[in-house]
Amino acid sequence: MLLIYCPYCEEERSELEFRHGGDAHIARPTNIADISDAEFEDYFFLRDNPKGLIFERWRHIHGCGRFFNAARDTVSDKFYMSYKAGEPKPYIPGVSPASEKPLSENVGETYEATEGTAK
Amino acid sequence: MADHALRKAPLAGRHGGSAGARVTPAAPATRLSLRAGADALGALSAAFGLTLPTRPKTSASAGGRHALWLGPDEWLLIDENEADLMALAAGAGVLHSAVDVSHRNTAILVSGPHAAGAIASGCPLDLGNAIFPVGAAARTVLGKIEVVAFRPGEEDYRVECWRSFSPYAFGLLSEGAEDAGL
Repeated sequence: MLLIYCPYCEEERSELEFRHGGDAHIARPTNIADISDAEFEDYFFLRDNPKGLIFERWRHIHGCGRFFNAARDTVSDKFYMSYKAGEPKPYIPGVSPASEKPLSENVGETYEATEGTAK
Repeated sequence: MADHALRKAPLAGRHGGSAGARVTPAAPATRLSLRAGADALGALSAAFGLTLPTRPKTSASAGGRHALWLGPDEWLLIDENEADLMALAAGAGVLHSAVDVSHRNTAILVSGPHAAGAIASGCPLDLGNAIFPVGAAARTVLGKIEVVAFRPGEEDYRVECWRSFSPYAFGLLSEGAEDAGL
């Protein structure tokens, strides 16, 4: 059974308690009303689906209920590490990201910025 | 005789388990799903008469009342004496969210030397002494349903599940109890 470290529960728990939440660190453009359809499509729908290291959102839905981020290898399914929502993308020693999409100039509100604490 | 209604307990009359792990329905209790920020904990703790735990997988108990840590800002409160927890929460006077889930949940008590084994038949949580000592509590899964596991005593576990799932949970735990001692 795959064990995933939850940074809020501070221990490894069974994969059965978790749910995948898509790519992490996707910044919402601040000028969302002004961007073109193509730019919106790129932000909202298009993902890289890389082979290798990926940073993803996960939710400990049957545990503490919290979203957090994890660095995972899409080939081996190995979890390199997980970290709390709101924390910056970590450096994984010896592993380079499979794809690196340049962040937009207009880095606005991200999921991570709003999920850190319940409001 | 339509002038009064009888409450029917979801697991009334059921019994199961084995010599090593008894499985029994818990008595009715009042329960509260509580969400609150760190700044409200002092007033809420005073209102409930126990210190709300802030460490993962811990609980606090006082006089038949238990507060189980479920998440960084979420607790499950259980009062075995059926005290009015909603009134206590309302009297705290600080910002919080409290939902009465007394009748949404029911509980199954698993006790005996093989109690942990009976629960482990359908639960991925490590229930060993080193990582789940007396007083530990966690939300997890049991077979196909979500449950909250709580360990009030050395050989006692309380499994809180949703009322409509309770026959499934009871059946699974009873099967597990029969297998656990083998």
